[in-house]
Amino acid sequence: MNAFWAVVQRDIKLATRIGGDAMTVVLFYIMVGAIMPFAIGPDKVLLAKLGPAIIWISALLSLLLALDRLFRTDHEDGSLIAMRQAALPLEMIVLAKLLAHWITNAAPLIIATPLLAILLNLDVDQTIKIIITLLLGTPALVCFGAIGAAVTVTIKRGGLIAPILILPLSIPTLIFGVSALSTGAIESSSGAAMMFLTGFTLLALAFTPFATALALKMGAE
Amino acid sequence: MVWSKYWLMPLALISLALLAYGLFLALFNSPADYQQGETVRIMYVHVPTAWLSQSCYAVMVIASIGSLVWRHPLSDVAAKAAAPLGATFTAIALATGALWGAPTWGTFWEWDGRMTSTLVMLFIYLGIIALWRTFEDQARAGRIIAVITLVGAINIPIIKFSVEWWNTLHQPASVFRADGPTMPMSILMPLFVMFFAFSFLFLLLHFIAIRAEILRRRVRALERRNAQRLREQTI
Repeated sequence: MNAFWAVVQRDIKLATRIGGDAMTVVLFYIMVGAIMPFAIGPDKVLLAKLGPAIIWISALLSLLLALDRLFRTDHEDGSLIAMRQAALPLEMIVLAKLLAHWITNAAPLIIATPLLAILLNLDVDQTIKIIITLLLGTPALVCFGAIGAAVTVTIKRGGLIAPILILPLSIPTLIFGVSALSTGAIESSSGAAMMFLTGFTLLALAFTPFATALALKMGAE
Repeated sequence: MVWSKYWLMPLALISLALLAYGLFLALFNSPADYQQGETVRIMYVHVPTAWLSQSCYAVMVIASIGSLVWRHPLSDVAAKAAAPLGATFTAIALATGALWGAPTWGTFWEWDGRMTSTLVMLFIYLGIIALWRTFEDQARAGRIIAVITLVGAINIPIIKFSVEWWNTLHQPASVFRADGPTMPMSILMPLFVMFFAFSFLFLLLHFIAIRAEILRRRVRALERRNAQRLREQTI
């Protein structure tokens, strides 16, 4: 377990240093969420209705932009080779990096959500529910993102390829994340939607380390 | 490469014959629907292409397993060749479905379970095609894309069972059901003939695409070797 927490600590340190840019993700998140009312119009009722969807889409896009950083620096300086040979299985190392990535990218996002909620005219009840769905759903987004990041880590100028691959996988999480507030794609009670969301996160946590490690190994040779 | 050349003409002839027979049955020799009239004939293109779009992905999944487990270079090529074919079949299925839906349901598109998951499958196909073009090293690309193909395979059962799991505008399964098909032979026959016609067409195009890809890789290898030789000459 020590090695696991060492990897988590390493990644958090790297992300919060001057070279790492953890806060830009939060800034992007707030700006995307704040830009939507410019396009939609200041109608408060409409904004409140679309609020959960806007917040979830902003979170999804911000996390998609952030995931290139997951493996790229390690690939460039050769740490990935060391990780492949390590005593700790590559799947556990991937899980540790995902945890660190979530702490440095998704958690600040969730903390900044009340600010967006005020901008989008959501009341306290809804804000709390949105934060809970984000807490339950962002691990799934980070995990699916890891698969895309691992697949594209060997491409020098991948561009938008990783988000293109991950968006289809993120659709169920998005659907259930928003419908927990009964305003989204499915008419469901919050409890049922949150259970589905938790299910997706647990599923993602269970199988994405294996898929990601496999993609990293395949990219090695 | 050697023996596949001799399969091309027979496959082409069989596909043409089946397509001709199938289209004759579909357009002239099958009954019009009592509710939909003649527009039901779109089904004879829509349903086989939809079946094939999923079978194509199944072919890619099998090829991906071959890439990962046995590292067979032909699996890479087969997977790469099948992706554009599958994407085209999916696009045709969606387009013919939209054309069919406009007069019968009154709408070109509806976000129901089956249409949405088929659209997602089209996006997955296009993403895989884009990935093939982004990699320089095709051998490594084959293995990595095999992983992403297997991850995306979760969508296939979702498409198949979407009409059962959700209240959906798309009609439920009427051919491959536990109780047997609900359509009479006069409609099933053209449907299956068209399905086999498109299947042989897919086989033909897949063979041609695999041969083309092998030739393309040989050309690249020769170009690289030539460039290497030129560089050594000038030194």
